[in-house]
Amino acid sequence: MRKTLFDKVWDSHVVRRVENGPDVLFIDRHLVHEVTSPVAFLGLKSRNIPVLYPERTFATADHKTPTRNQQLPVADPLSANQLKALEENAGRHGIPYWGLGHEKNGIVHVIGPENGITLPGATIVCGDSHTSTHGAFGAIAFGIGTSEVEMVLATQCIMQPKPKRMRITIDGKLNQAVTPKDVALFIISSLSTSGATGYFVEYAGEVFENMTMEGRMTVCNLSIEMGARGGMMAPDEKTFAYVKGREFAPKGADWDNAMAYWSTLHTDTDAVFDKELIFDGAAIEPMITYGTNPGMGMGISGAIPSSENAGSGKATYQKSLAYMDFNEGDSMLGKKVDFVFLGSCTNGRIEDFRAFTDLVRGRKKAPHVTAWLVPGSHKVDAAIRSEGLLDVLQEAGFELREPGCSACLAMNDDKIPAGKYAVSTSNRNFEGRQGPGARTLLASPLVAAAAAVTGEVTDPRKLMQTQTIS
Amino acid sequence: MAYDKFNTLRSSAVPLPIENVDTDQIIPARFLKATERTGFGDNLFRDWRYNPDNSPKPHFVLNNPLYSGKILVGGKNFGSGSSREHAAWAVYDYGFRCVISSFFADIFRNNCLNIGVLPVQVSPEFLQQIFEAIEKDPQTELEVNLPEQTVEIMATGAREPFDINGYKKENMLNGFDDIDYLLNMKAEISDFAAQTPL
Ligand code: SF4
Repeated sequence: MRKTLFDKVWDSHVVRRVENGPDVLFIDRHLVHEVTSPVAFLGLKSRNIPVLYPERTFATADHKTPTRNQQLPVADPLSANQLKALEENAGRHGIPYWGLGHEKNGIVHVIGPENGITLPGATIVCGDSHTSTHGAFGAIAFGIGTSEVEMVLATQCIMQPKPKRMRITIDGKLNQAVTPKDVALFIISSLSTSGATGYFVEYAGEVFENMTMEGRMTVCNLSIEMGARGGMMAPDEKTFAYVKGREFAPKGADWDNAMAYWSTLHTDTDAVFDKELIFDGAAIEPMITYGTNPGMGMGISGAIPSSENAGSGKATYQKSLAYMDFNEGDSMLGKKVDFVFLGSCTNGRIEDFRAFTDLVRGRKKAPHVTAWLVPGSHKVDAAIRSEGLLDVLQEAGFELREPGCSACLAMNDDKIPAGKYAVSTSNRNFEGRQGPGARTLLASPLVAAAAAVTGEVTDPRKLMQTQTIS
Repeated sequence: MAYDKFNTLRSSAVPLPIENVDTDQIIPARFLKATERTGFGDNLFRDWRYNPDNSPKPHFVLNNPLYSGKILVGGKNFGSGSSREHAAWAVYDYGFRCVISSFFADIFRNNCLNIGVLPVQVSPEFLQQIFEAIEKDPQTELEVNLPEQTVEIMATGAREPFDINGYKKENMLNGFDDIDYLLNMKAEISDFAAQTPL
């Protein structure tokens, strides 16, 4: 039978099919962090069982780590307690733990690919919904809850009904200043935050083929924001070149065997999807969100849609705009911005810092803007320095913080104050996500850079044009 | 962790007719710092329920003494966003055993099933009828019958079937969890692992 990429990877990991129930799915690699793991380890303890395959398990600290003075003890006692719990649990069970200050430390979805933990054709889970990031390599990767974390620790398996298959195809050429983030926000705004619920998405077409691996990670990362279980792309030469030589990737004969398998990982012609969507890449503009879910996004030069089009959700829509203190029909351009956040597992990689830096080069940070630039990992941080980006950023009045999730979910001190507006390259604009009362505008690193230097929502193309003329 | 068995639940319900309720609202991230599973109910819907000075917001439904019960009725696309199981724990810890909506986000639904909270998906029309019944009489009762897979509005007798896969249903009826199941197939798993390169 002709199979989709998703079917190939899923079916080869089914240990047992439960009649009238879920599949028992074998998990190749399991990523663990401090927030969703302590209760899972507690479960193992009460059952008196060990972690079954510690060598398939990797632990990092990221969600609530401070982004300043990481060499000092963590001040918040509850956070310190969770970090200590993870360190002890990892030690007890023989799991590699990359804690604060470790050279491999960073956001779980940034360090997976960086260290070759993320591989084509693998099944990868983590107690964090943006695990979908790893789908960029042709892996089946998805977020799980703590009971499931316990399951995987105890048995390396998870019980899951098989999702339906959706393919999103985008051909055509992207316009100037349209980044992978914009493509993803565009898709989510077209589908809504529940448009892909129950599906696993494959991204196909020229636009994704032309993307770098990091761009593909950004797109797959945001799959969850349209409700999908995950998203993935067929691995190609770019994927293999990225993976080759990384620490936990196969070597020697294992590499050759892996390559033989990986090269079969694509959707067969004529394979059938439960749903197919097609968009035109040329129709996408730099995007920005105006509401309190990632589906409330629009082209940056547009106007906030009227609630009349929100159907039965009119009241929810109006509540959302009231929270943002925006009105239907408003233009986003020119709205004052108080904070800019560059970082997260969505846009905290080196290409994001390059894009941001290119745009602010030779300009100055707007005086009233507080900017938090947070690399996704120590490796990203090292690259920012070695490539000379830090000098440019400092020259423009920016400072660099230490790696972690930071203002993406504001569990540490990096909280946007109530009522303030933040242009953020992260993934969620929910009420209070970046701090109680915070107002988040999701956008690409370019839009974030434009806001950081002008102090208001600005079309990055405007600044890019003047740059080329001068 | 094994949980309470679920059979038939008859209770009044708490209405939350808001769409796209995300898990950041159900339990904000700053309350995810515990290393145990208890105490999350106090912070269920924290920022909708309390002012920054911790005084209750009188208009929020959980602060309204008219409404109570073991069933939470939410708007469409309930539980979207973060995978935090803490959201399901908070719902459970507060005292709910069942959430009814016309549409659930995947991970939240799974998390509920894994800890013994029954997610019941009904049609948008039936959901509307439930909201109307509660508006008329805040103490009106609903009956969720898991063996029969039905939910009924007692006052009107309106009833609708709901879906749940057979395996999960057995688990809920018996209070079993997936780990019990998986631990019983250890040998099968280690054979599989042996053939699966790292
Ligand atoms: S950066 Fe944000 S979305 Fe990514 S892992 Fe951290 S908290 Fe989750």
